[in-house]
Amino acid sequence: MASNKNPYIPELVTITNIIEETPNIKSFQVVFNDPERMKTFKFEPGQVGQLSVFGVGESTFVINSPPTRMEYLQFSVMKAGEVTGALHELFPGDQMGLRAPLGNWFPYDMMKGKKILFIGGGIGLAPLRTLILYMLDNRGDYKDITIIYGARTPPDLCYKEDLKEWEARSDVNLILTVDTEYPGWDKRTGFVPTVLNEVAPSPDDTIAITCGPPIMIKFVLQNLAKLNFKDEDIITTLEARMKCGIGICGRCNLGSQYICKDGPVFSLAQLRDFPGVV
Amino acid sequence: MADTGFIPKEKWGAFIEGLAAKAQVWVPCLDGDVVIFKPYSKDQTLCFERPANSPPKGVIFPQSDTLFAFNFSKDPENPQKVMVELEEKLDFPKTIIFGSRPCDAKGFLIYDRPYMQTDTPDPYYKGRREQTAIVTMSCQSTYAGCFCTAVGGGPADKEGSDVLITELDNGYFIEAITDKGKEILQQAAAESGAGHEAEALKKQEAVRARVKDPFCANGKPEISKDLFESDEFWEEELSKCVSCGACTYLCPTCYCFNITDETTFEKGERIRSWDGCMYNHFTLEASGHNPRPTKFQRFKNRVGHKFLFYPEKYNGVIACCGCGRCIRFCPMSVDISEIVSKLQKQTGSASNGK
Repeated sequence: MASNKNPYIPELVTITNIIEETPNIKSFQVVFNDPERMKTFKFEPGQVGQLSVFGVGESTFVINSPPTRMEYLQFSVMKAGEVTGALHELFPGDQMGLRAPLGNWFPYDMMKGKKILFIGGGIGLAPLRTLILYMLDNRGDYKDITIIYGARTPPDLCYKEDLKEWEARSDVNLILTVDTEYPGWDKRTGFVPTVLNEVAPSPDDTIAITCGPPIMIKFVLQNLAKLNFKDEDIITTLEARMKCGIGICGRCNLGSQYICKDGPVFSLAQLRDFPGVV
Repeated sequence: MADTGFIPKEKWGAFIEGLAAKAQVWVPCLDGDVVIFKPYSKDQTLCFERPANSPPKGVIFPQSDTLFAFNFSKDPENPQKVMVELEEKLDFPKTIIFGSRPCDAKGFLIYDRPYMQTDTPDPYYKGRREQTAIVTMSCQSTYAGCFCTAVGGGPADKEGSDVLITELDNGYFIEAITDKGKEILQQAAAESGAGHEAEALKKQEAVRARVKDPFCANGKPEISKDLFESDEFWEEELSKCVSCGACTYLCPTCYCFNITDETTFEKGERIRSWDGCMYNHFTLEASGHNPRPTKFQRFKNRVGHKFLFYPEKYNGVIACCGCGRCIRFCPMSVDISEIVSKLQKQTGSASNGK
């Protein structure tokens, strides 16, 4: 179906593995039913896909495995509505539909030779994960990598295996936080934007990439500006209710741009250009 | 003038019937006290005296349309496993929209850019669009709220139509505009149009002169982006809106849609339906977050899309055809032309002040 010109028809994929990340987030590892398609499928870090549960509907998720690791494609799903609820009922071996890749991606070429600061909250680590893993697989191309990541409580932290690995690496500076004190938690507490201020990373030669709940993104953007990060050096990836995924159906627009097609990745400089967004 | 013709009044019915023998013909029909486009049949009461209450956009972009069907079956080797098969539905008959107005025809041009002129054309829209000819009637009068000339159109505008028909005292003057239009003119077995142009032109000009232009900007009103940053103006203008969304459904240029699944146990369909940006649920996310939670924010986006965002993306083209339906049929009398006119004045005074 790779040659299928109809942008609304999903390709069929099969779930090979499901990881319970948190009490309400599961990661689904999928492969195309057509093994040839698995070899020809190309995407860039930050691009998204529409997952279909036939009979329930479609929803948009970032491909959070990196293009450097193509044994499967991974999507993380927080149980929130109808489609995500149905996704959470699935088992390995079950089939889904996938329309991917959609949208733009992180400008990783522009980030080469620079220091990278990731700031994530909750499931917002998903789109950052694909880029973090991509950068770790091309580690020599980037300077210091700092990751500030927070969630409400320790059980709400996603990708615990990755976090363990990143924590152990000497070439990654991982800073974890949870909102308030929690039994057994000996690391930082406090909201992500506050922790960002405490860490106070230098804006010199640094690109900041952030994703999280809208309220977190709002304050992270403000705090990065206070730390003298330039608007062009602040990158975020947005989410909205989406249907078509090809910039027509009208619900995910910011001004004249559509998050599904022209985004989801925007710099703060771009966001400032849209009326009433930041 | 080989591309014009004349049909006397007594042969008008036979002309439409002749077209209906070779294609599916949608005509404005009287239904109670409203006029809506329906497939032609002899027992319908056709109505060309006033524009249809709703535009013919549903002929090419149905209010509800199957994108594909899916069938579930159990894997005989492994009964635990459910297989899915998808079946694409792309088959569109030859169609004629007969009796649209120039504003209605222009509406499809607004659709064409996002639906066809992209790297991911919409096969359902494109398929029907290519199979459809648009036969437009020039307006014999102006109608409450309409303002086509203010947004670059006109009551006898040919843009977007394959055929333009102007009603004369004794018959109909027919102009074929495209190849599809020439084919229809040939089928019409019309008399020569020669000698009727002058009367047609005179009638067209007379109506054109009566169309209201609330913007007085040569068909290209401009609104400053800064006016979309503030909330106060919009909140006040929209206080009476009840978010019914009628404006979006009746708009020839509104093209937003929703996609949903309908299913029984072993099969189902993925369906595309009209949706509207004035509804709260349109942008409501599963988390409860809504980027446009209030009606004035939604209206700001609606006006923004038509008068700022779409023109920004497509070479200054305004995504409003001035048909006035949203004004005529708004239960609370929200008037987009009045609001845009106010915004335009604010834009003017802001730039004069600089």
